[in-house]
Amino acid sequence: MDPVVAFFALGLVARAIRSDLRMPEALYETLTIYLLLAIGLKGGMALAADWQAQLLWQALAVMVFGAALAAAAYPLLQRLVRLGAADAASVAAHYGSVSVVTFAVGLNALRSQGVEPEPELTLFLALMEVPGILVGVFLAKRLGRTDTGTLGHGAWSGALAEALRGKSVVLLLGGLVIGALFGKQALAPIAPMFEHLFKGALALFLLELGLIVAGKWPDIKSAGWRLAAFGVVFPVCAAFVGIVLGNAFGLSAAGAALLGTLGASASYIAAPAAMRVAVPQANPALGIAAALGITFAFNVAVGIPLYWRIAAALGG
Amino acid sequence: MALNTYPKRQLTIVAEAVLESRLIEHARHYGAHGYTTTEVRGGGQHGVKEAAWDIDRMIELNVVADEAVIDALANHLLEHYAPNFALSMFLSDVQVLRPHKF
Repeated sequence: MDPVVAFFALGLVARAIRSDLRMPEALYETLTIYLLLAIGLKGGMALAADWQAQLLWQALAVMVFGAALAAAAYPLLQRLVRLGAADAASVAAHYGSVSVVTFAVGLNALRSQGVEPEPELTLFLALMEVPGILVGVFLAKRLGRTDTGTLGHGAWSGALAEALRGKSVVLLLGGLVIGALFGKQALAPIAPMFEHLFKGALALFLLELGLIVAGKWPDIKSAGWRLAAFGVVFPVCAAFVGIVLGNAFGLSAAGAALLGTLGASASYIAAPAAMRVAVPQANPALGIAAALGITFAFNVAVGIPLYWRIAAALGG
Repeated sequence: MALNTYPKRQLTIVAEAVLESRLIEHARHYGAHGYTTTEVRGGGQHGVKEAAWDIDRMIELNVVADEAVIDALANHLLEHYAPNFALSMFLSDVQVLRPHKF
């Protein structure tokens, strides 16, 4: 197990024993910004050095992949988990979208194994954030949602704007562009901040997530075993599809494993905020309990090593 | 010298932080000239809002304006947001010193 995962466990334990440990909100915000920028910059620098035209159709394919995950999750959530239409649409959006921290943990785990995934995975991460959310809004809207009373703009444009101008898309794409424009040499002076401190920042962030997940325990319990089962089984299936897609792209086993990790991850930052406003009648606790409480914890502890093993086996 | 004061209404809205930009938009739309926002924590019907996670964050938004503006704003929020969001509103009569500001 990678040592950063132990910080997540420490957060869980601290909350369980009712420690007074609490991360200041400003630190959590700072760490989020830091991780997004660091991932974006690193990906941008590598992408500029190795740009290929086939990236365009691959970019399109991963966006369809994200949208398809939400579309596939929706009927399963309705029929097997027995959620109402609004709740199913909201939770489906969480699973169609992606989690940056899961990506970061996956990236870190692969690097610890001595393998480096392709830089375009960072671009895929940025592109997969939004489509799943839009599918969730579409599903909820199709089923006749109540008016949220927004001035002039509907749920569609509202959710799209919310997701696009959200900090994750802005910082990831912004980092990619800055990294690609300036390149490794020009950015060398800031490398100590954005490259060398990455693992430490990730450890701190995971400590915070451990505290949050343990605090969400009542929500996780009341969400029921069906949602918990979904939160484990769906990501594994999604990861498998992601790995197969990665092989079709001709990615290395590390790249395919990370694309699988992206498919398996569920958003708990962008999706909850967007869906809260777009589908107000859905219970917001369900999506976070599943995405963060079950799927994130599962991916960090079991999923990521598993996806790497599957990708390595399939990639030969 | 006696202070000249003018009566106005104050609407205090305690709501989910995701609604902040929308609430401000509505307040402006109905004719409020200004507002003040603070981040708050609390608990109620919609559970405990410890501000531990983005979606759990709560804000308190204060708007001082003429009665007609406040009534229209409060009615709109009551109709469109109260059914599905954590939202509380309180009304009070206040005295201001420079009525054109509100």
